[in-house]
Amino acid sequence: MSYDARFRVWRGDADGGELVEYTVEVNEGEVVLDIIHRLQATRSGDLAVRWNCKAGKCGSCSAEINGRPSLLCMTRMSTFSETETITVTPLRAFPVIRDLVTDVSFNYAKARQIPAFAPPDLAPGEYRMQQVDVERSQEFRKCIECFLCQDTCHVVRDHEDNKEAFAGPRFLIRAAELDMHPLDARDDRADFAREEQGIGMCNITKCCTEVCPEHIKITDNAIIPMKERVAGRRYDPLVWLGTKIGLRKD
Amino acid sequence: MTAELEHYDYDVLIVGAGGAGLRAAIAAREAGLRTAIICKSLFGKAHTVMAEGGIAASMGNVNSNDSWQVHFRDTMRGGKFLNSWRMAELHAKEAPERVWELETYGALFDRTPDGRISQRNFGGHEYPRLAHVGDRTGLELIRTMQQKIVSLQQDDERESGDPESRLKVFAEVTITDLLQDAGGAIAGAFGYWRESGRFVRFNAPAVVLATGGIGKSFKVTSNSWEYTGDGHALALRAGSTLVNMEFIQFHPTGMVWPPSVKGILVTESVRGDGGVLKNSEGRRFMFDYVPDVFRGQYAQTEEEGDRWYTDPDNNKRPPELLPRDEVARAINSEVKAGRGSPHGGVFLDIASRRTPEEILKKLPSMHHQFKELADVDITKEPMEVGPTCHYVMGGVEVDPDTAAAARVPGLFAAGEVSGGMHGSNRLGGNSLSDLLVFGARAGRGAAAYVQSLGGERPSVDQAVIDAAAATALAPFEEDGGENPYTLHQEMQQAMNDLVGIIRTAEEIERALAKLEELKARAHHLTVEGHRQFNPGWHLALDLRNMLAVSECVARAALLRQESRGGHTRDDYPTMDPHWRGRNLICSLDGDAVSVVEQPMPAMREDLLALFDGAELAKYLTPAELAAMPGPAAPATAPTATSTAAPTDGSGA
Ligand SMILES: Cc1cc2nc3c(=O)[nH]c(=O)nc-3n(C[C@H](O)[C@H](O)[C@H](O)COP(=O)(O)OP(=O)(O)OC[C@H]3O[C@@H](n4cnc5c(N)ncnc54)[C@H](O)[C@@H]3O)c2cc1C
Ligand code: SF4
Ligand code: SF4
Ligand code: FES
Repeated sequence: MSYDARFRVWRGDADGGELVEYTVEVNEGEVVLDIIHRLQATRSGDLAVRWNCKAGKCGSCSAEINGRPSLLCMTRMSTFSETETITVTPLRAFPVIRDLVTDVSFNYAKARQIPAFAPPDLAPGEYRMQQVDVERSQEFRKCIECFLCQDTCHVVRDHEDNKEAFAGPRFLIRAAELDMHPLDARDDRADFAREEQGIGMCNITKCCTEVCPEHIKITDNAIIPMKERVAGRRYDPLVWLGTKIGLRKD
Repeated sequence: MTAELEHYDYDVLIVGAGGAGLRAAIAAREAGLRTAIICKSLFGKAHTVMAEGGIAASMGNVNSNDSWQVHFRDTMRGGKFLNSWRMAELHAKEAPERVWELETYGALFDRTPDGRISQRNFGGHEYPRLAHVGDRTGLELIRTMQQKIVSLQQDDERESGDPESRLKVFAEVTITDLLQDAGGAIAGAFGYWRESGRFVRFNAPAVVLATGGIGKSFKVTSNSWEYTGDGHALALRAGSTLVNMEFIQFHPTGMVWPPSVKGILVTESVRGDGGVLKNSEGRRFMFDYVPDVFRGQYAQTEEEGDRWYTDPDNNKRPPELLPRDEVARAINSEVKAGRGSPHGGVFLDIASRRTPEEILKKLPSMHHQFKELADVDITKEPMEVGPTCHYVMGGVEVDPDTAAAARVPGLFAAGEVSGGMHGSNRLGGNSLSDLLVFGARAGRGAAAYVQSLGGERPSVDQAVIDAAAATALAPFEEDGGENPYTLHQEMQQAMNDLVGIIRTAEEIERALAKLEELKARAHHLTVEGHRQFNPGWHLALDLRNMLAVSECVARAALLRQESRGGHTRDDYPTMDPHWRGRNLICSLDGDAVSVVEQPMPAMREDLLALFDGAELAKYLTPAELAAMPGPAAPATAPTATSTAAPTDGSGA
């Protein structure tokens, strides 16, 4: 069943902009990205939006829908009522380039600051790891780099001057991932998170976990264990398990 | 205008940041060359992230009988012997090293009980062969190499203070033209920043094309907006050639409803795990579509097919697991005969065959995909599925060893944009391994070429650059021209309907007439707005690439009068050995595509010896068989069987 929905889409660039109203056809089964594409094809050929996979796999189409950080391609129109006005705005934590497209280079800069995987002294093909051990890091490697967690984290979002000192949840899980990698040769990942990534600024509000489309338990499984890690000591799976299965549940 | 043109100097330009491009960049940088990676999307978002099933490599971790010879044989069968055998050989030999290397970059694959990289079964692969990470293998591949590139930049920063001194990523830049010197040698590339619309010129003696596929020329596709055949078209316009363009893989199961997700892939694992295809009458129609060549290899009754899942040694597999092209054609016929599902597909039913618990455990992402996107609970209801354009076997004609593109010095190609490796049909899992093997070879090939120039740099005439800029700006010059979106939709419809899964001469000719018309109309496009992040403008520029590539597909499809792999002619329904030894080579003259036949080099003796005579007789002409040295030797690789005959890839 088709109906006409009311949309407000932010249009503008670094110098400013405004919410533009559109009344636009919506068909059964569509997602918000389809509506944006319909606007492009029929109304505003120059409406800027990023997307690639249209299946929640690439993390390109991040924006805010009615103020909530979301993937445009995974937000179904049926989650709204037909009379509701739907507001689509760019990610608030990053500078706007044009319309729904923001400058996310902050994230790439942060990625470059984390010391890379340090390979063990083993020949290629000689790596041996157990599934249970790789699974901890694999959870974090599900990250599609949509940066919704970065956008929602108040430490990044509300205080521009924190950006220098705070890496944000996406890169705290990267540090945790390397820390928990069974064969990573470095043992200073937690120190790095404390000293260089500003993990202390996180006050465990868990907003990042709530918006993560990959359902990564950013706070429970990465940030909290990293905060609790004793400097210099190797990661202790038993302690970690304890934090995971009960002690920390709220 | 040109005086202020932003420009950069590099040794090697890599166009594309998917698996092939990133691996090529690593190789070029490790050879000590200054390397730039250019891509249309953000870094880490290339199409490769969507790959699910895995990377094929005969590491033998799960079944130690596996070897490069068996992998080679499976690949040739999958491609129905039209593959460049040298590429298939290099690919099978080098894939394991390339996968192990990823672990040294930090990749975390799923493990076997003894701690090695786990490998899964896939259609057409004789042994469990696909290294994987759940159903997000492509993401792991991209992220791993992205992080390796960052680590190389960190090395450079320590050395020179500048992380981008030898390896820089230009994200959201589209290359619109290659730059050549008067003799045709590569001198660089020209493009624009998507963000600002500003032009940028790269000077470099070597360019590696790693731009992926062409799916966006078809209406129903599993491919993203990036797949506009840019690299294919850039190579053509530079004077290089494309091979095998008539071969397009249509995956039998894409989503068909809702319209917004039409084409999105439904993994073949659904069928591998017990899902069956039914028509509107509730009939498992695949039993009606087993072709003669496969008659003895597939179950004839539902009961036998069902027993196969638990007892594969004593039963034959159900016909739902026939090669991709067979299943896609069968679905097409059912829909045409009026026995389709409400939204023009057929039913893929796993709900009535497995418990909800089993479905959730084995197919979590499919459950999630249908729940989120179609509001269908696959543990309770059947899915609606239909064929979707998935992969192009055809691409730039390359030298197997160096990945050098035909006819243009300094041009290289790797990944989906290159042709030859997969012949008429690609096996699932063989693309990701292809990206790694030939990505690395292209990076090294480009580096060796640049070093061989000894400091000599081809240079470009200013007029060439002015022309590139003028072409790119044309859509802003005209008032009252057409909307590029309209043209795109008409082209997608025509390719889908007339050069799709089933082709006839008459339909292909209609498509060609339509393409001619669209080509003329494409000279008069109008886009609104300005150059800053303007998707309408971007599409207007992509259109000329899609039109050129579509014409190659259609012309080659018209010429090849047989059916093989990803090319089915209703008017020539069988495979013809006389066509096996011939490639169709596309080139461009002005904006006219021409296609010529080119004989394939005969396969090396030791490789031929991997197959037995009876199998070769299915593919080769009597003359070819007679010319073979001695009687065709029986296969020498471990546990050779010829029953695995041509099967296609699955899942992805
Ligand atoms: C849903 C799905 C699942 C799949 N699963 C599997 C699987 O399990 N196993 C397997 O082996 N294969 C699989 N495949 C196939 C495989 O993923 C692709 O063939 C492969 O990823 C292509 O990689 P590539 O490096 O050639 O190109 P891509 O990863 O597509 O990268 C192309 C790059 O080129 C850039 N580019 C293109 N044009 C330009 C231009 N004009 N200027 C600048 N940059 C440009 C793009 O921005 C992009 O960075 C799957 C495909 C799909 C669609
Ligand atoms: S839990 Fe920490 S990182 Fe996550 S949103 Fe809250 S403050 Fe930010
Ligand atoms: S952790 Fe989750 S929310 Fe954050 S970038 Fe990754 S996928 Fe997105
Ligand atoms: S388009 Fe890829 S996540 Fe939305």
